[in-house]
Amino acid sequence: MVVGIIIAVVLIGLVIYLISAYNGLIRRRNQVENAWSQIDVQLKRRLDLIPNLVETVKGYAAHEQETLDAVISARNQAIEAPDTPHDQAEADGVLTGALRQLFALGEAYPDLKANQNFLQLQEELTATEGRVAYARQFYNDSVLDYNNKLEQFPTVVFARMLRFDRREYFEADEAARTAPTVEF
Amino acid sequence: MFELIRANKRRSVLLVAGFVLIVALIGAGIGYLVGNGPIFTVVALLISGVIAFTSYWKADKIALAVSRARPAPEAEYQRLHNLVEGLCIAGGLPKPGVYVIDDPAPNAFATGRNPQNAAIAVTSGLLEQMNRVELEGVVAHELSHIRNYDILVSTLAVTMVGAVALMTDMAIRTMWWNGGRVPRQGDHGNHNNPLALVGFMLLLVAPIVARGMQATVSRRRETLADLSACQLTRYPPGLISALEKLQADTTVTHSASTATAHLWIEQPMAGVGDAGHLRRWHKLFDTHPPLEERIALLREL
Repeated sequence: MVVGIIIAVVLIGLVIYLISAYNGLIRRRNQVENAWSQIDVQLKRRLDLIPNLVETVKGYAAHEQETLDAVISARNQAIEAPDTPHDQAEADGVLTGALRQLFALGEAYPDLKANQNFLQLQEELTATEGRVAYARQFYNDSVLDYNNKLEQFPTVVFARMLRFDRREYFEADEAARTAPTVEF
Repeated sequence: MFELIRANKRRSVLLVAGFVLIVALIGAGIGYLVGNGPIFTVVALLISGVIAFTSYWKADKIALAVSRARPAPEAEYQRLHNLVEGLCIAGGLPKPGVYVIDDPAPNAFATGRNPQNAAIAVTSGLLEQMNRVELEGVVAHELSHIRNYDILVSTLAVTMVGAVALMTDMAIRTMWWNGGRVPRQGDHGNHNNPLALVGFMLLLVAPIVARGMQATVSRRRETLADLSACQLTRYPPGLISALEKLQADTTVTHSASTATAHLWIEQPMAGVGDAGHLRRWHKLFDTHPPLEERIALLREL
């Protein structure tokens, strides 16, 4: 009789543990996927800010058509780049370089530098670069959390059975590691 | 860094548990001394809990009103909002309300019962004196308080302090009236309790001890917030630089009070850095660890 109760308690405990472990894995995996799409949201936000910036600069620095064109083409390239991490990172690097040239124009044209719109856009783009970086950081942190939970004992015992797989980190590609050159 | 954070969290959980245990012991002692069992402890915890948790529920509104904070419009405080948003992405937090306080002393605080009902406020002095990375460090520290549910932790601590104050008060009054006699079940006469005087003294000291414990918990959570901030920004020099600037600045934050002192990033009262004879005594009740200690810890990251 007592043995029966003990067994029942142990079984119930096991079931509760399994449910909570499974839910924990689900929650973490969903966070990983959410974090991944967040990165795209921020990247898109950056791309959307650029046309406005180009228009503002055009009003003050019309002669700098080369720089403006470089930014516009870099932006289009980034939009059309294939979805592989390598191509994305490469287009990203080109765009960052072109933007840097554009902001350097502010030094050459004091009127432009004083323009409120320009300053605001500069702040917005700097902040968006930050957001992209933070989104990637959050993605990696989420992956770490998920992988930890997945691979720790005793969750690891049944996790593979239920088709939970290890996730990969976002890593800066070789293309993105080389800093884009700024030419004056 | 992750190890330090984990260790800190462990230690603060132990601290709070220890705190609750000590309060329970005091309650048991009172029950024994006064002879009516746990009734005082239960009543005290109930009253203190209701008061503390009511204010906890409305924590964000209360703290903001007391400090005369006003909402910071995004158009005017673009950089501040951008920094908050970026860090919220890094921490997976919803964006809290952003407020500004017109005060030349650089300081900031965070409040709110959970990340969904949270707010952070910075003084105009802070915005003027800090550069971008320093401001980011301070905002990260405040967001970490929200993320680590520090408001809940300090409400628990305040509940304990209030409960201890109430029940020692009740016990002292009861013992005073009883003249140290302890009625027990089955008594046919009145016996003098020889421990009454000792117990009396301990009861007087208990609230002070409770305050000391609350301050210890607060200091531990501040250190945790510093470390969590660096986990968010992955850039300790930003917060270090901000803390150094705070160290150099001696203006007193007028919008603060003793009641809200524990929420700010730096203790807002004058005389905090004093080197007088009472220094060691004051240290026990500081809600924040000394700035040199905080900077030294972050430098090791």
